[in-house]
Amino acid sequence: MSIDGSWYLTLAAVLFTIGAVGLLVRRNVLVMFMCVELMLNAVNLTFVTFARMLDDIGGQALVFFVLVVAAAEVVVGLGIIVAIFRRRVGATADDLNMLRG
Amino acid sequence: MTSALVLAATKVDLTVFVAAAVMVLAGAAGVVISANPVHAALSLVLTLFGVAVLFVAQEAHFLAAVQVIVYAGAIVVLFLFVIMLLGVDRQENVRRDPLRAQRPVAVLLGLASLAAIVLLAQGTDWVTGAPSVAGPASGPGANVEKLAESIFTRYLLAFEITSVLLVIAVVGAVVLARRSAEPPADDPADDPADDEGSIEPHGAAVDEAPVP
Repeated sequence: MSIDGSWYLTLAAVLFTIGAVGLLVRRNVLVMFMCVELMLNAVNLTFVTFARMLDDIGGQALVFFVLVVAAAEVVVGLGIIVAIFRRRVGATADDLNMLRG
Repeated sequence: MTSALVLAATKVDLTVFVAAAVMVLAGAAGVVISANPVHAALSLVLTLFGVAVLFVAQEAHFLAAVQVIVYAGAIVVLFLFVIMLLGVDRQENVRRDPLRAQRPVAVLLGLASLAAIVLLAQGTDWVTGAPSVAGPASGPGANVEKLAESIFTRYLLAFEITSVLLVIAVVGAVVLARRSAEPPADDPADDPADDEGSIEPHGAAVDEAPVP
């Protein structure tokens, strides 16, 4: 008998919370992006835990798709960040006010 | 509710879980706390490896391998590449708080959501006894075989759509990273930081190259 699933769920909740707080607190867009990755990993851990608890491989299949979407998201997001840096706005999210009229 | 199950768990399982949990939480805290983006990216690697260990502990072997290869191998390297390319690997002043009361409110909101999730996780009887929808995760056979059977039969359409998504992402990244034909008015082309990674033959890297 392995560790009970609720421990994994609790750990995933803590990880998600750390990522969410980091996303709200940090100013550097790259670090904010990493915090999004933390939240995605927390959700992946939850999916795998439920796949084991409910004995359903569908949870693991969903994690596979989340991984693909995360990879695509990182590619496009970092491309946007590079495009923003071309304008030399800086790494701080507060300075990104180009859409202001 | 969990004490009896934890007592029944073997010492190895408990040790693995605690070690991986410490890795995950230390890495996550490092991502949020460290002022240098490079240190944050390396802390992210620690967290990703910890999650991979937890995947192995729950018999998701294929996902653990993919986690290490895709996340720690590709995504974090992409992060580091962008950090180095843009030259933003300088310290951020994390002491400065531009928006007053944002941090306390953020921590408060985080703790509230954490309490809600933990209450939900601890107080709910998740295992319903219903038959599995997409096939059993346990039982005989390798994990990768069961996962492949699920993906290539039940989730085949979604799998095909992910290929379209990847193509769109690649095309989007190329379009975003491409330099426009005429530079914007406030973007002089002779700036050295602007030409890093450029494939232009007369870029700054070429100008600095000759050494007598």
